[in-house]
Amino acid sequence: MKIYLDYNATTPVREEVLELMFDIYRGDAANPSSIHFLGRQARKFVDEGREKVAAAIGAEPSEIVFTGGGTEADNMAIQGTAFALREEGNHIITQATEHHAVLNTCEFLEKHGFKVTYLPVDGEGLVDPAEVEKAIGAETILITIMTANNETGVIQPIEEIGEITRSRKVVFHTDAIQALGKIPFSVNDLKVDLLSLSAHKVYGPKGVGALYIRKGTRLRPLAYGGHHEGGKRPGTENVAGIAGFGLACELAAQELVESAAHLSILRDRLCGQISENISRVKLNGSPRLRLPNTLNLSFEFIEGEGILLGLEMKGIATASGSACTSGTLAPSHVLSAMGVPAALAQGSIRFSLGRENTVEDIDYTAKALVPIIQRLRDLSPFSEEDIN
Amino acid sequence: MSVEALYSEKVMDHFTNPRNVGKMEDPDGVGTVGNPVCGDVMKLYIKVKDNRIDDAKFQTFGCGAAIATSSMVTELVKGKTLEEAVGLSNKEVAEALDGLPPVKMHCSMLAEDALKSAIEDYRKKIVSSEQ
Repeated sequence: MKIYLDYNATTPVREEVLELMFDIYRGDAANPSSIHFLGRQARKFVDEGREKVAAAIGAEPSEIVFTGGGTEADNMAIQGTAFALREEGNHIITQATEHHAVLNTCEFLEKHGFKVTYLPVDGEGLVDPAEVEKAIGAETILITIMTANNETGVIQPIEEIGEITRSRKVVFHTDAIQALGKIPFSVNDLKVDLLSLSAHKVYGPKGVGALYIRKGTRLRPLAYGGHHEGGKRPGTENVAGIAGFGLACELAAQELVESAAHLSILRDRLCGQISENISRVKLNGSPRLRLPNTLNLSFEFIEGEGILLGLEMKGIATASGSACTSGTLAPSHVLSAMGVPAALAQGSIRFSLGRENTVEDIDYTAKALVPIIQRLRDLSPFSEEDIN
Repeated sequence: MSVEALYSEKVMDHFTNPRNVGKMEDPDGVGTVGNPVCGDVMKLYIKVKDNRIDDAKFQTFGCGAAIATSSMVTELVKGKTLEEAVGLSNKEVAEALDGLPPVKMHCSMLAEDALKSAIEDYRKKIVSSEQ
């Protein structure tokens, strides 16, 4: 038995994408910058990939810059804006539950003289748009707030924030890496100027991402070289990766409605069965404003790695917000920012579902979890008696 | 395809079938160390007879390594004199488990500290009952 419930970490490359990439790799080698016929063929793959990625988010192909992944896209957006607009101001606004690709980039900028406001989130993990507006000052040059959170799946009110940033004329970036293919959105609905994407979260290859850059948005490149990607991201294009990313986006967009319905049914079935059979379980994050595939639960009195190990022994792959699984001593910064007590954050498990999951997987997982939780609780020095 | 195991077979054995689990009735010494904030809490109970650890039990909130080291320390100390038990180091506990990943060595420290704390608790009780 092998059940993968960690799709927010990464997704397997889907067959159609794999075949296209194989065909490109097996075909004639050429550089898209070469003007001979083979170069033009490679260019066509890149152009088609760009059109498809753009179409998936309602952008123009000329507004898409391919990167080496989501982290690079976030860095390019944040560092690129900060250094391009340095003369106009030095203040950046973000929020506490961002991915480390955003948080650590902001911390880097703080060391270079920028001031960063880290807005808090409420108990459900949501940012208050009014707080964003209040934080904007004369020096504010960039606001970066994620579309959906990787750990909890919580969806931020990006459209509302976009209204504010547009009227206040501040550049607005969103990391939409987890949202792509899971919920519908377009760059115009969201009113964003910059938007980060990654291929490997939508059944595409690893090592490819994209940054949407609204026409007219100023950005300083992270690297210097040739004229590739309009000079914004030099380096010979990852032809097969870009083509694969494009196809993955196209398929994700076609299947989105059906897939979201399917995943939310499975997700709610898993949540229902767990809460029926296990006491003292808490849902982390907004139950309403949440990606259809994500379920983050805290099991009281026990620590997450033990649960993860127990599930692994049953062939089930999940993730935890415990310190022991993150390589640090602190539990998940996302759960902590939401006010989840440390002990409960340590006992959190993220189930993130994807297209290959079945009802059988869910029922098997929910059933396997009962004795795992019971056994770890029997070992624990904490129990309901301590609280009651 | 096989992948490298997260833990040794011995760790997994002690995680899956931990020895000496549970709360002890009328223990002679109890040591509680760690903090749920950091992800590890270990409670170690001992019974002492003729200056030797006659029985040991534990309750642990923690990861696989924390549970396995708790289990192993209770096994190792049974029958030891208090002096021997106080000298038990975290390295010996980890070695008895065929090693721990480097990032998990702090879990074995917890076991060592819990044992020392339980023995200290016992000694304090003896002193106060003698007074």
